[in-house]
Amino acid sequence: MNKVIKSLVALALAGGVTMTAQASPEQDRAAFVKYYKDRFPEVPMEEYPNGVYAIDKVGRENWEAIEEFPPYEPFIDSGQEMWEKPFANGKTYKDCFPDGPAIAAKYPHWDKKKGMVVTLPLALNECRKANGEKPLKYKKGPINDLLAYIAYESRGQKIDVKIPEDDPRALEAYEKGKKFYFTRRGQLNFSCASCHLQNAGMRVRTEILSPSLGHVTHWPTYRSKWGTVGTLHRRFTGCNKNIRAKPFKAQGEQYRNLEYFLTYMSNGLKLNGPGSRK
Amino acid sequence: MTRSNTKLALAAGILAVMAGQLAVVPGAAAEGNSALEEGKKLAFSRKKGNCLACHMIEGGTSPGNVGPPLIAMKARYPDRAKLRAQIWDASQANPDTAMVLFGRYQVLTEKEIDKVVDFIWSL
Repeated sequence: MNKVIKSLVALALAGGVTMTAQASPEQDRAAFVKYYKDRFPEVPMEEYPNGVYAIDKVGRENWEAIEEFPPYEPFIDSGQEMWEKPFANGKTYKDCFPDGPAIAAKYPHWDKKKGMVVTLPLALNECRKANGEKPLKYKKGPINDLLAYIAYESRGQKIDVKIPEDDPRALEAYEKGKKFYFTRRGQLNFSCASCHLQNAGMRVRTEILSPSLGHVTHWPTYRSKWGTVGTLHRRFTGCNKNIRAKPFKAQGEQYRNLEYFLTYMSNGLKLNGPGSRK
Repeated sequence: MTRSNTKLALAAGILAVMAGQLAVVPGAAAEGNSALEEGKKLAFSRKKGNCLACHMIEGGTSPGNVGPPLIAMKARYPDRAKLRAQIWDASQANPDTAMVLFGRYQVLTEKEIDKVVDFIWSL
């Protein structure tokens, strides 16, 4: 079995999952998706937003039981209150986001004027600042409530991240995110790809390593380990700590670019946040 | 020597070796065992070797399966130095390895690695 897996990985790596700088994002995505399809031929594409539960039958039963009374529900309600409550100046989030609250699929996107990847949490804080409110913290706390409400209202939207060709910096940001994904770091010397691509489906102790395809569809996520909902960048932070690497700043350039790359890889999948995980 | 004498000599030799073992082994085994125990402790500890994260090892609970089961190690690594090199820096044998570089990245000290190698080699 090991030989088969090794040759699969070798094939995938040779076939483009290594993703040379010359490959277009669309070629990258095709290679990424094909790799998982070959690795988990029995898993239909629409299952990937369910993360590890797409490939872990036992875990899935527990998860489905948890989802009957979703632990993130109170956060959605409190997020709705936040969304509707006017700022001190009388305006609301709706004034910043006329299409809101179902706006999750618009993020992350390349902002040509700012010259950077803008994520939903970042845009929410921009709105707050523009209206004289204090920005929210990016990992824990009330930003998750707001994000949970927006995620819930956005359920079913398809991910469709664009890398605009009229600004070469957008492709650069994508390439930086891709490089981050494949770069080994920390004392334990793992890249995101070491676990979630190369060894997806294998077990570390009793934990099954989740596929990266679909990683971004269900945030914020209620993690039993956290006992609350947390952001995607909080999870990135935890992953980096696990491999004994110094985490980067939530909503800093590195994690925003990583989110840009990862979300592009999941183009076509449906949003299903907020999520719950053990 | 006649045939039967040879047999006798052989039998005597075997007895002598067995007697010798009886005399020597308990002390050596106790010492060896405690060293192996230390290696096992390091190998099983989540903060140290954490070999069980990826490898099945006899006596260890909830092993992962990213790496191969650690069995018949002397058959797989007749040369102890090669096993040590693999644990010290697995990227030398395979640049795409998902194994932690225990020596090169100083996850374990040289002494700790020696103990872990002794334990793993005993499997």
